[in-house]
Amino acid sequence: MAELAFNAPLTLAQAFSLLAAPTDSPARPDGTRPLAGGSDLIVQMRSGRLRPQRIVDLKRIPELIGITREPTGWRIGAATPCALLGEHAALRADWPGLVESACLIGSAQIQSRASLGGNLCNASPAADSVPALIAAGALCEIGSGMGTRELPVEQMLLAPGRHALAPGELLLALRLPVRAPNSGDAYLRLIPRTEMDIAVVGAGVWLQVDGQQRIVAARVALGAVAPTALLVPAAAEALIGSTLASAAIETLAAAARAACRPIDDKRGTAAYRTRVAGVLAQRAAAIAYERACAAANQGTQA
Amino acid sequence: MSQQIIHTTVNGEAISFLGGPTQTLLDALRDNLGQTGSKEGCSSGDCGACSVMLDGRLVCACLVLAPEADGRRVDTIEGMAVNGQMHPLQQQFLEQAALQCGFCTPGFLVAAKALLDLNPDPTETEIRYALAGNLCRCTGYDKIVRAVQAAAAQMRAAAVAPATAEVAR
Repeated sequence: MAELAFNAPLTLAQAFSLLAAPTDSPARPDGTRPLAGGSDLIVQMRSGRLRPQRIVDLKRIPELIGITREPTGWRIGAATPCALLGEHAALRADWPGLVESACLIGSAQIQSRASLGGNLCNASPAADSVPALIAAGALCEIGSGMGTRELPVEQMLLAPGRHALAPGELLLALRLPVRAPNSGDAYLRLIPRTEMDIAVVGAGVWLQVDGQQRIVAARVALGAVAPTALLVPAAAEALIGSTLASAAIETLAAAARAACRPIDDKRGTAAYRTRVAGVLAQRAAAIAYERACAAANQGTQA
Repeated sequence: MSQQIIHTTVNGEAISFLGGPTQTLLDALRDNLGQTGSKEGCSSGDCGACSVMLDGRLVCACLVLAPEADGRRVDTIEGMAVNGQMHPLQQQFLEQAALQCGFCTPGFLVAAKALLDLNPDPTETEIRYALAGNLCRCTGYDKIVRAVQAAAAQMRAAAVAPATAEVAR
């Protein structure tokens, strides 16, 4: 019986060489797994669903933990616990929708451990932070022994439980753009209770307004209504040029519903999810619009 | 199992033990260190019975691998009473009868202390959200919330009292 190995590298170079090392145990067929907060990985290991041969704990690598403001925007280390996002006033001021989505994941106990990188790489269709990341136009910073590359978050997900990282690659960080002037984001999810549940539907919206409070740019993303979170360009187009009057939000809802390819499961029927996706897209757009207009007003006064 | 020596500080005391990655921090606390106050409820991070502080943050010990604790500080329910003196939360849980079978109690106490250390005067809603990761199957939530409110009031009064005594003198 092969042993489970555990490594906690202190540098990216050490992590890359551990990830590249071959594994060959038939008893432990799931190779090498990076460990961030463990709120998905450890549960899967304990249930027997996942049998890795090696665990690489990422939390002692400085590049993977922490939130920094850079000239291109915010860089959030992939293993940064969600609690740190919630406590970061400047990040919350720029990207309130994204921070709210991260802070919806689990309890205070889970918040201390769970990360954006783990939420993304676990590749659940219902991951809360993913539609918010897509709406925000976030990029994945991906590294390996060969160098680094960037990939839009919406291209990171291939299918439930499957992501676009090649063997030996590691998600290093999520990069959020500098928030555009007069813009705002929002994320809403529907769960049957007030707390501690998995999204039946999630909707993330980012939008930007001009001096007349007309929407000039938008991104709309949906979660839990398809095998992966979706960027819905048609829903964003419905918003362009509008001041969120009733015709525009009806078109938005119709476009959101048209993009849905949900399943029936214990959390909701496909028909219910499709209907709710339209409603949540409208409500998230209303919050994002309010935030964008508030930013525009502040800009005028300043 | 590949074992390693894990150096931790548990409730202020430097402790080293032999552990491996197929063990959780909860297993290590209970089986290697004999600290059985933290309970195993669900083993999946849903029930909070194993709540401990890891480097000052509230976590489920069942969702931490034992080697992750190497070099870290762990604070458990065993460290809550100091020199035989119960913490106000422990006193109030008793006085308000905020427990029935008691299995969830250590987790609730650790999570409630984590809240009050950050927020000495939480609203009822804040208490309920902060304790949403702790489940009580004897349905004692209302008494638990009252006990946390009473402990918070007691701690605020104790924090003010020395200053008042100073003025009186």
